[in-house]
Amino acid sequence: MAGGDDSWRPLARPLLIPIWVVIGVFSLLPVLLMAVYSFLTKEFRGGVEWDFTLAAYDQFFVTRGLFGDEPAQIEWTYITIFWRSIWQALICTALCLLIGFPTAWFIATRPAQSRGIWLFLITIPYWVNLLIRTVSLKFLIRDNGPLNEGLMAIGLITEPLPLVNTNLAVQLGLFYSYLPFMVLPIYAAVERYNFALSEAAADLYASRWTTLREIVLPVVKPGMIAGCILVFVPALGAFLAPDLLGGAKTFMIGSLIDEQFKGSQGNWPFGAAASMILMTLVLIVLVFYARAASREGAA
Amino acid sequence: MTAAVHLQDVVKRYGSVTAIHGVSLTIADNEFFTLLGPSGCGKTTLLRMIAGFEAVTAGEIRLFGDDIARLDPNHRPVNTVFQHYALFPHMSVIDNVAFGLKMQGIDLAARRTRAGKMLEMVHLSHFADRMPAQLSGGQQQRVALARALAPAPKVLLLDEPLSALDLKLRQAMRVELKTLQQETGITFIFVTHDQEEALTMSDRIAVMSEGRVQQVGSARDIYETPDNRFVADFIGETNLLEVDVHSVTDGRASMTLPGGHPLTCPSASATPGRHALSIRPERVTIAATGELKATVDRVVYLGTDLQVLSRLADGSPFTIRLQNAARTTIPEAGATIGLHLEEGAARLLAD
Repeated sequence: MAGGDDSWRPLARPLLIPIWVVIGVFSLLPVLLMAVYSFLTKEFRGGVEWDFTLAAYDQFFVTRGLFGDEPAQIEWTYITIFWRSIWQALICTALCLLIGFPTAWFIATRPAQSRGIWLFLITIPYWVNLLIRTVSLKFLIRDNGPLNEGLMAIGLITEPLPLVNTNLAVQLGLFYSYLPFMVLPIYAAVERYNFALSEAAADLYASRWTTLREIVLPVVKPGMIAGCILVFVPALGAFLAPDLLGGAKTFMIGSLIDEQFKGSQGNWPFGAAASMILMTLVLIVLVFYARAASREGAA
Repeated sequence: MTAAVHLQDVVKRYGSVTAIHGVSLTIADNEFFTLLGPSGCGKTTLLRMIAGFEAVTAGEIRLFGDDIARLDPNHRPVNTVFQHYALFPHMSVIDNVAFGLKMQGIDLAARRTRAGKMLEMVHLSHFADRMPAQLSGGQQQRVALARALAPAPKVLLLDEPLSALDLKLRQAMRVELKTLQQETGITFIFVTHDQEEALTMSDRIAVMSEGRVQQVGSARDIYETPDNRFVADFIGETNLLEVDVHSVTDGRASMTLPGGHPLTCPSASATPGRHALSIRPERVTIAATGELKATVDRVVYLGTDLQVLSRLADGSPFTIRLQNAARTTIPEAGATIGLHLEEGAARLLAD
């Protein structure tokens, strides 16, 4: 490498153009469009008028009563939906971590030739459309579905458990949808883990639990964090699981945004504003994480 | 006195494959003991069984009299220096060194002091706050050593610790390790495939092959008086000749070398018949009066030495090593030379 041919250097910039175009068209432009749309005025049939207004954000955070003539107060409806979404996404992340870590560990510690099979088994359900899988889940847990009927048949319950349209059902849907996003990055980290480190810890009198806590977890942490981000972010904006498995009381941001762009009832600026708020929230979380990580790296 | 480590008929089987065939060894306190052998001979497996990373299939491992063969590694008062160091990548050098002390429940101040002393011992005091990735291989090696020595183990196990270092560093570390062992008075069990390492550092060496101990002895013992063909061949260079022993009288065996040359050499237990004879190349001199004749094939220049590759009358290869001194006359390729064997140069092997 050192002292090599530098004649390609003038070409570097032109060669990067396609990448910039892709990033520009597929990442920056949509975000920019959404930012612009969130400040436009709603059109009745579900479009926008090019009049600048803060109405969408105002609608999100502020209420002036049913007829708009009362003093401004904080609008809790959407904040509650956001709060529920964050809470559900956090629980989903924690559950995925709790189940995903041992799963990833199990796969990574199998003999090399059987790991492929295990990974294949993890990914195989994802070849089926998420919508189909979520609907199927609903059939499984509904009042006269196999779960309830099975439990009643063995006499564990007499009435079907009301599962559909609950937060629990939504959580189940989210967990099921995003588990592989936790398993795969942790698997990659554990597979690279040098098991001589565990031996060294045991050699220096650490018990199995201490080795896990003091050595294994810190070393595979980057994989766990990658998994948490990959689960938390899409779970926060998910709309299929809450739409299909939940009801009015389990409404999440994803469904809220989804509704704004459907048919003539929609409100594009409001949907865009909700998206912007969601994105800001996610970015804040990520920035805090990046800061904490770099501080730790420096110490 | 109780032995530091005593292995009694230790067996290790992996399914139907036997890796260790009933090894028994006694390692004394304060001893620098080396397990030497080619790769796959079972030396590392044996060490890992002493450390507790591999379960013993059968047999006893006693540490100062206590059977530890069934204890988990974290309950054995031995520490290990790993081949690739296995330093904890997320901890600073000092935290790595102090880890064992922390696990023993020693308070922060005391373990910092002790870890600091250990780093001083391996000349790495000013690297205490670095991360392992910021150190060179040789420095990582010394951190691994300090980490293993910090809890003051009764026995230190070293699994080919020098194999990843370059030659100069390896030679320097040999001296350092030996000094460290003598200063600390800790029993060292050292695994290596490098005979030079074994010969220069060890009080005693166990030569292993195919899951068995072939011979145990001091460097001099195994080099000068190898018990069998494997040891003679593995340690240093040697000429192995097939000889016919026809009689043994008064502790001396009379035999015929290939090509018909007669020879007698001391042997306590030889029986008449076909045997292997080992003659070290440096114990042979070239002399016009020598009765054993050989034809020179080639002379190889090695710097300090010259290696004369020749053939005996029947064609069997025979190597002679000459010191490259001013008065040495170098034979020419194709010349016929006479060989003179010093007394004790030839050793009759058991098999």
